[in-house]
Amino acid sequence: MADLLIHQLLIPIVYIVAIVLPLVIAVAMFVYWERKVIGWMHVRLGPNTIGPFGLLQAFADVVKLLIKEVILPTNANRFLYYMAPLLALIPALAAWAVVPFSSRMVLSNANAGVLYLLAMTSLGVYGIILAGWASNSRYALLGAMRSAAQVISYELAMGLCLVCVLVLAGSLNLSDIVNAQAGSKGLFDWFWLPLLPVFVIYFISGVAETNRAPFDVAEGESEIVAGFHVEYSGSAFAIFFLAEYANMILVSFLASILFMGGWLSPLQGWIHIDAPGWINWIWTGGFIWLFIKAFLFAFMFLWFRATFPRYRYDQIMRLGWKVLIPIAIVWVLVAGCLKYFGWVVTGTGG
Amino acid sequence: MKRVTSYLKSLLLLELLQGMGLTMRYLFKPKYTMRYPIEHIPKSNRFRGLHALRRYANGEERCIACKLCEAVCPALAITIDSAPRESDGQRRTTRYDIDLFKCIYCGFCEESCPVDSIVETSIHEYHFEQRSESVVTKTQLLAIGDRFEQQIAADRAQDAAYR
Repeated sequence: MADLLIHQLLIPIVYIVAIVLPLVIAVAMFVYWERKVIGWMHVRLGPNTIGPFGLLQAFADVVKLLIKEVILPTNANRFLYYMAPLLALIPALAAWAVVPFSSRMVLSNANAGVLYLLAMTSLGVYGIILAGWASNSRYALLGAMRSAAQVISYELAMGLCLVCVLVLAGSLNLSDIVNAQAGSKGLFDWFWLPLLPVFVIYFISGVAETNRAPFDVAEGESEIVAGFHVEYSGSAFAIFFLAEYANMILVSFLASILFMGGWLSPLQGWIHIDAPGWINWIWTGGFIWLFIKAFLFAFMFLWFRATFPRYRYDQIMRLGWKVLIPIAIVWVLVAGCLKYFGWVVTGTGG
Repeated sequence: MKRVTSYLKSLLLLELLQGMGLTMRYLFKPKYTMRYPIEHIPKSNRFRGLHALRRYANGEERCIACKLCEAVCPALAITIDSAPRESDGQRRTTRYDIDLFKCIYCGFCEESCPVDSIVETSIHEYHFEQRSESVVTKTQLLAIGDRFEQQIAADRAQDAAYR
C-alpha cells in the first residue's frame, strides 16, 4: 500500500513540481528578458534598478500583483470570473507533461503526445472566452471574441503543420519524433529542412495562437484597452500573465522538438570526441541543446514584438485562411511524397 | 508578372526579415537612456534656473534697489520695496520677492542688473509643497546666492567673454 502510494502519487508529484517550479521561474525571467530585449531594441536600457541588472524586477512585480485586491465587476458571473484564469493556466501547465527534455527526461512518454498537446493548447482558449464573457464588459467580450476566432483559425494551420511532421516521423510520440530526426548529417537531418515552409507557418501560427504581437488584437491596447483581461486585477491577472508566457515557452519548446531536433546536437554525426562526461552533451545531445533552441525561439517572440506593428483584424484572418492553410495543405502532400518515395531518410533513433 | 513577383516577395517574408534586421542592429546600439538620479545631462553655463541674489566678496549685498529688473520683467514676477538702510543710509531693498509661478525664466532680470546681483543659477531641481511657497523672499534669494556662489561665479566667468 505504502509502495503503491509512493509510486502512484508521490513520485509523479515530485516530477510535476520539478517541471512546474522551474517553469514559473522561467516565466518570471522571460518577462524580465522581454522587457530588457525590447528596451534594447528601442535604444533604452530596460529594467535595471531592482536587483543586479534589474534581475529581480519580475519578482517584485509578482509580489505587487499578489498583494493587490482582485476586483469583481458589478453583475459579473462570480464563479466563471474566478474560474477563467485557472482554465487558462491549467492547460498551459498540463501540456508540459508530454514534453521530452532529453531521451530520458520526460514526465509522461505518451504515445499520443501530439494529440494531447493539441487538445491542451486548444483548451486554453476556453479560459480566454470565459474571462471575456464573465467580466461583463464590452472590451473584454470583444477581446475574447477576437481571440477565439483567431486561435481557432490558426489552430487549423498549426494542425496541418503537425500532420507534416507526423507523416515524416511516423509517430505521435514526441520522443519518437525527436529520434526520427537523428542521423549523421548534423542539423540537416532535422525536419526543418524538408518542411521549411511548414516550419515557418508553424511558428507564425504559434505566435498567433499565443495572442502575441503582431497578432495581439485580442489585447489591442489602442482599441480595446487590454481585451479579455481588462477587468482582471491582482493575482487573477497574474495567472493570465503566467499562462500566456508559459504558452509562449511551450510553443518555443515544441518548435525545437518538432522541427529542430529537440535535444539532439546540431553536430550529430560530424564530430565525436571522447571527452569527459560533463562535456559530452555538445555532440551526443542533451537537454541543454533543447533549452538553447527553445531560448532562441522564445527570443524570436520578443524580436517580433519589437519589430512588427499589429495586424489589422481582417488581415489576420486573410493570412490564416488564405495563405497559411493552403500552403500547409500543399506541403502535407509534399511531405507524403517525400516519405513515400523515400526522399527523406528518417532515423529510427535509439 | 509584376503581381507574381510581388506575391513571391511577400511570401518569402523579405520585408519582414529586413525589418527584423533593423531591430537587431538597434539591439546592439549604445543606449540613450540617462539614469536620471545617478547620471545628469551636461548643462550649459547659460542655463536659466532658480534665481539668486549675490553678495560682494566682503559680504555686502550687491543689490542697490535700482528696480531695473522689476521694470524689465515681462511677467511682473518681481516686487521690490526700497528704503535707506538704517545703519549707513545707503539705498537698499527692504523687500525683494519673486513669484516663481509667474516667472518665465527669460533671464531679462539678470541682463538688466547693473551690479550682477540678481542671477539665474543652474539649479533646476526644486519644488514647493504649498502654493504660498512659490514666492521666494529676499532672505531666501540671498541664502541661495550664498550657498551656490562658487558655481554662479564659475558660470559667469566662463561666459564673460561673450557678454
